[in-house]
Amino acid sequence: MAAHSAVLSASKIMNPFWVGRLGNTAKPPPAKYGGRHTVTLIPGDGIGPELLNHVREVFRFACVPVDFEMVNVNSALETDDDMNNAITAIRRNGVALKGNIETKHTLPASVKSRNNVLRTSLDLYANVMHCQSLPGVQTRHKNIDIMIIRENTEGEYSSLEHESVSGVVESLKIITRNNSIRIADYAFKLARERGRRRVTAVHKANIMKLADGLFLQCCREVASGYPDITFDSMIVDNTTMQLVSKPQQFDVMVMPNLYGNVVSNVCAGLVGGPGLVPGANYGRDYAVFETATRNTGKSIAEKNIANPTAMLLASCLMLDHLNLNDYASLIRNAVLTTMNETRVTQLCAEQCCCEVARGNLCCNLTRIHISFPAKLGNEMRVHTIHF
Amino acid sequence: MKIFEAAKAPIRWEERNVTAIRGPGGKWMIPPDAKESMDKNKIGLKGPLKTPIAAGHPSMNLLLRKTFDLYANVRPCVSIEGYQTPYTDVNLVTIRENTEGEYSGIEHVIVDGVVQSIKLITEQASKRIAEYAFEYARNNQRASVTAVHKANIMRMSDGLFLRKCREAAEKYKDVKFTEMYLDTVCLNMVQDPTQFDVLVMPNLYGDILSDLCAGLIGGLGVTPSGNIGANGVAIFESVHGTAPDIAGKDLANPTALLLSAVMMLRHMGLHGHAKKIETACFDTIRDRKVLTKDLGGNSKCSEFTEAICQKMKDMD
Repeated sequence: MAAHSAVLSASKIMNPFWVGRLGNTAKPPPAKYGGRHTVTLIPGDGIGPELLNHVREVFRFACVPVDFEMVNVNSALETDDDMNNAITAIRRNGVALKGNIETKHTLPASVKSRNNVLRTSLDLYANVMHCQSLPGVQTRHKNIDIMIIRENTEGEYSSLEHESVSGVVESLKIITRNNSIRIADYAFKLARERGRRRVTAVHKANIMKLADGLFLQCCREVASGYPDITFDSMIVDNTTMQLVSKPQQFDVMVMPNLYGNVVSNVCAGLVGGPGLVPGANYGRDYAVFETATRNTGKSIAEKNIANPTAMLLASCLMLDHLNLNDYASLIRNAVLTTMNETRVTQLCAEQCCCEVARGNLCCNLTRIHISFPAKLGNEMRVHTIHF
Repeated sequence: MKIFEAAKAPIRWEERNVTAIRGPGGKWMIPPDAKESMDKNKIGLKGPLKTPIAAGHPSMNLLLRKTFDLYANVRPCVSIEGYQTPYTDVNLVTIRENTEGEYSGIEHVIVDGVVQSIKLITEQASKRIAEYAFEYARNNQRASVTAVHKANIMRMSDGLFLRKCREAAEKYKDVKFTEMYLDTVCLNMVQDPTQFDVLVMPNLYGDILSDLCAGLIGGLGVTPSGNIGANGVAIFESVHGTAPDIAGKDLANPTALLLSAVMMLRHMGLHGHAKKIETACFDTIRDRKVLTKDLGGNSKCSEFTEAICQKMKDMD
C-alpha cells in the first residue's frame, strides 16, 4: 500500500506559487492519479494513532478521494532517519495530517523536539487556529469566535540554549524583521479574506523592548497597508485576563510563538477543551494539519475515550485546502450534528465510547449527503447498520 | 490606614516617596532615604507605580525589585463571594520567580532586522524560588506544589528549573509535587481551576499565569500580591495600574491594597488582625450594599472603607 502510494506521489509535480487563497498561501498539489490526492499521515504518540484511524474510517465511509501515506515517527526511535523520511514525504505530497510526537524532556538538549523540527524544516510559518463556541458544548463563555495566528518558526522556540557557566543557562529568543512582517501580512490577508474587522497584536514590548518591540513595529507597518482593518495591540498578561472575563471582544489575534502557545491553549479551554479545536500549520509550499493544542494524551491513549472531533475537523481543514470542499462540508456537518445530539466523549464531560460517536457520525453522513449516487449511499447505510 | 486603626493593628507607618533619581555614578536608583527606611523596617506596603513609556529609566517596579532582591512574587487567588465571575471556588497561589528568566532585560540587535532576547535561568535563583514555594506551602497548609515549565522546548533552561524544583521536593516530603507543561496548565486552568493549589514557575510564565488567575477571580482590582526578598525583606502591593483618570476622586476600589495589607499582616505573624480585616472586607462585598463602581455598586471609596470599619467594630 505504501509502495503503491509512493509510486503515485512520485509522479506528481508540485507547483508552489503564491496565490493567496483562503487561509493559505500555496496552491494545493494537483491530484494526478485518477483524481485522488495523496496525503502524508504521521500517527505520532499517545492518542494520535487512534484518532487518525478514526479519520481514515470516516474518509472511507464518505469515499473521500484521498490516500494516506503513513510515516511512523515517534519518540521511541533513536535516529533521525524517520524524521527525514517524514519531511521528504511531506515535501513530496505537500500536505500532511499528524498526531503529536512526544518529546521526553529528560533527554539532553541535543535531541530537539520533533514537532518543532518538522515545523522549521518545512518553514510552516503560520499556525492558524479558529476558536468557535460550538453548539451542544456547555462552556462558561458563549459566542466566542477568535482566530489566532501564531508565528510558528522562531521566537522562544528557536531551541538555542547554552550553559555559559555551570549553573547559568541562557536561552535565546530570536525575533526577525522578515518573519514578523511575514506573519503580520498573513494575519491581515486572512482577516480581509474572512471579512474580519479587527486584528490585535499580542506582545510584551514593555519588558522585551527590542524583541517584541520589533514584532509590534512590523505589525504596525503591515497594518498601515490595510486601512479597512482596525489594528490594536495588547500586552499578553492583560490579554489572558481579558480572555477569561470577556473573550467576545477579540476578533483576530497575531503573536509570536510562546504567547501563541499560551493564548491558543486558553482559548481552546474556553470553547470546551483540547478535543474540539483543529489547528493548521501553513507554509509557503506545504501545509500540515493537526489538533490545535498538540496534546499527546498519553494518559488516555488506547482506552477508546479520546475525543475525535479535533482531528476530524482538522481533516476537514485539510480537505478544504485540497479543494475538496464538498467532502469537507459533509464531514464537518456530520460532526457538528453528532455533537448537537449530545453524543460527546469523556473529554467533554460525558462518558461515551469513541466508537459510538464515530458510528453516529457515519449515520449522520448517510442522512445528510443525499446527493451521493444511490449505490454508494446503500453501501454506507449497510455499514452503519453494523454499528 | 484607617482600617488598620479601626482594627487596632500594631503597625506604625513610615511613608516614603520612590520616584527614581539618578544617583552618583549615573545609575538610576530609588531615593536613599527610601532604601534606608526599608532596610530598617523590612516590610513595606506599596501602591501602584506608573512608568511612563519613554522615561529613559527602567520601570520603578523593576528598580525596587533589584534594589531589595525581591525574588519571589506571591499572588494568592481566592474567589470572592459577592463578586460573581464565571469561575467559582478558585483557591490557588502563584509563586513566580521575580529576578531573572525572560525579564533579564538582556537584548541586542545582532544584525539589522534580527533581535535576540536572552532568557537567563540560574541554579541559585531556581533553587531559591523552589525552596520558598515549598516553605510557603508548608506554612500555609497547602497540599501540593506544581512546577510549570516548557522543558520539551527549552530543554536546558526549564530543565534546570525543574531539576531544582525536584531537589527541593525531596526535602519537603509532606508536600506533593507535580510538574505540568505551561500549555496544559493554561488549558486546564480555564476549564477547571479547582485542580490547582500552589504553582511555582519562572518569570514570564508566572507573569502570564498570575494575571490569568487574577482574571478568574475578578481582575486586578481585587487581587493582592506580595514580593518576598532576601534578608527577610517583603513588599506587599496592589498590582493594578495607577488609574490616573479616577485618582483623587474617591472612586477607587481599595480591596486589592487592603488584601495585600492583610497578606502583610499574615507574613508578620499577626494572624488575628489579618483575619478580622479580611473577614470584614469579604463580608462587606458579600452584602453587596456598599460597593465601589468596578465591583458593581456606586458608592465612594470612603463609604466602602467606612462599611468595613463598621463591620470590624461589630465584630469586637
